Amino acid sequence: MIRGLLVIAALLGLWELYCVLSGVDQLVLPSPTDVGHALWTDRGILWSALLVTAGELLLGLSVALVVAIAAAIGIHLSRSLRNSVYPVLVASQTVPIPVIASLLVVWLGYDTGPKVVIVALVAFFPVVVGILDGLAGIDPELDLVARSFGAPRLRRFRLVEAPAALPGALTGLRIAVVISVIGAVFAEQAGGDSGLGFVIQQALPQLLTARAYAAVVVLSALALAAFLLLTAVQTRLLPWTRLRQSEQ
Amino acid sequence: MVSTLELTDVSFTRQRRGAQPLAVLDRISLKLEPGETLALVGPNGCGKSTLLELACGLLTPTSGTVQAPPIALMPQRGLLMPWANAVDNAALALRAEGVSRTAARERARDWLVRLGMSEFEDARPHELSGGMRQRLALARTLLAGRPIVALDEPFAALDAISRIEAARWLTSALGESDRSVLLVTHDVEEAAVLADRVVVLSPRPATLVAQVRLAGSVPRLRTSPEVLAAREAILSALGVSG
Ligand SMILES: Nc1ncnc2c1ncn2[C@@H]1O[C@H](COP(=O)(O)OP(=O)(O)OP(=O)(O)O)[C@@H](O)[C@H]1O
Ligand SMILES: [Mg+2]
Repeated sequence: MIRGLLVIAALLGLWELYCVLSGVDQLVLPSPTDVGHALWTDRGILWSALLVTAGELLLGLSVALVVAIAAAIGIHLSRSLRNSVYPVLVASQTVPIPVIASLLVVWLGYDTGPKVVIVALVAFFPVVVGILDGLAGIDPELDLVARSFGAPRLRRFRLVEAPAALPGALTGLRIAVVISVIGAVFAEQAGGDSGLGFVIQQALPQLLTARAYAAVVVLSALALAAFLLLTAVQTRLLPWTRLRQSEQ
Repeated sequence: MVSTLELTDVSFTRQRRGAQPLAVLDRISLKLEPGETLALVGPNGCGKSTLLELACGLLTPTSGTVQAPPIALMPQRGLLMPWANAVDNAALALRAEGVSRTAARERARDWLVRLGMSEFEDARPHELSGGMRQRLALARTLLAGRPIVALDEPFAALDAISRIEAARWLTSALGESDRSVLLVTHDVEEAAVLADRVVVLSPRPATLVAQVRLAGSVPRLRTSPEVLAAREAILSALGVSG
């Protein structure tokens, strides 16, 4: 943690140094001091935008989690679903967000709807893959034990397989949290009038580059906080997974 | 339901992706008497674990027939659920049969008390010693109300002294019921101490090369003439001179 902060401080120092020495226009690249200044003066705008974006993320991730769990269970338990649905899921992930963003805006309007859907779309995939990996990674001997004890298929799933998939699900969720932040920004830029993505989009043409950078800083902080929160949840609730030091 | 395990001319060939099929078992015939403890000994990799999986109905023989009542398996690594504490691990056998969580935990707790593990009820497997883990896996297997239990090297993680204790504990736990036991062990002496009959398997593909019957109650003393004689007989069947 401390080392992480030191690395960030060093990077900021280099950035500041570059801005001073190269004399680059602050409209092209604001220095960390400019960004810090914008963080303070625009704190009202940034705070309310943060609340909007965080709300979209929370909703979108919840939707993604519910759908991902259902999809993963279906794919795991049914070979025909695995063969039919799984390829579609993989293919769906290659559709660039801007392509569908406009369509969603047409369907769902400028409100929270399309943003939640886009966040959910982006977050959904890593969670499904994480859960499926967890389910597939169950120790074969444990499965033998449950079978020799006579547990029917669904009970075996509930008693042995589902808990075994928890660490995978959380790993997927940690990845999802970070990438869905980008999804939220795209969604807000495709149509909307609030959120950090919108702040960035508005700031650039108004030559408020430092404000855009400040919004990015807030976004990164949001993603980092969510990531660390999930890591803490994992260490707390799933202590046997013993996260490696580097991940803590 | 059939009352006891009977293997008739069972052969098993393992199909392997990208490799030649592997002949593991060759025409094995075995019948387990009710209440009997049958030990299987044989060289590493000869197919003992495979034989147990066949007996438990987890694999289908390539040829021959397996007739068996439900058998509870304790696999070689005695696998526990890493996310569950000792009570819930032991309770798995009952929950698999559909017993409610509370009732299953209650009965599992009784067993942990008898095992001298009541202090570790809430410990997860990674907080237990290897020996305790194995005892817990054994308790879990015995808690399954199955007429036969198949134990694959149940004492492998125990030191010499604990093995003797565990053997005593196992026989007393089994003594209360008339369950039969299929016991795989690499310890020839242990087989002679615990079993009513020892079956010796050849290297893979395993055939049945010898059977040694032992009389008297178990566990026998390691130094008893009965055990020493059986040990000689088993070792010579394995082609090792003791
Ligand atoms: N899942 C598997 N896939 C491929 N081969 C396997 C598999 N399981 C076992 N085998 C092979 O089958 C043979 C018999 O294995 P098995 O585990 O039954 O031996 P074993 O007598 O229990 O050995 P050990 O004393 O070392 O436990 C071995 O040659 C092993 O390599
Ligand atoms: Mg084995």
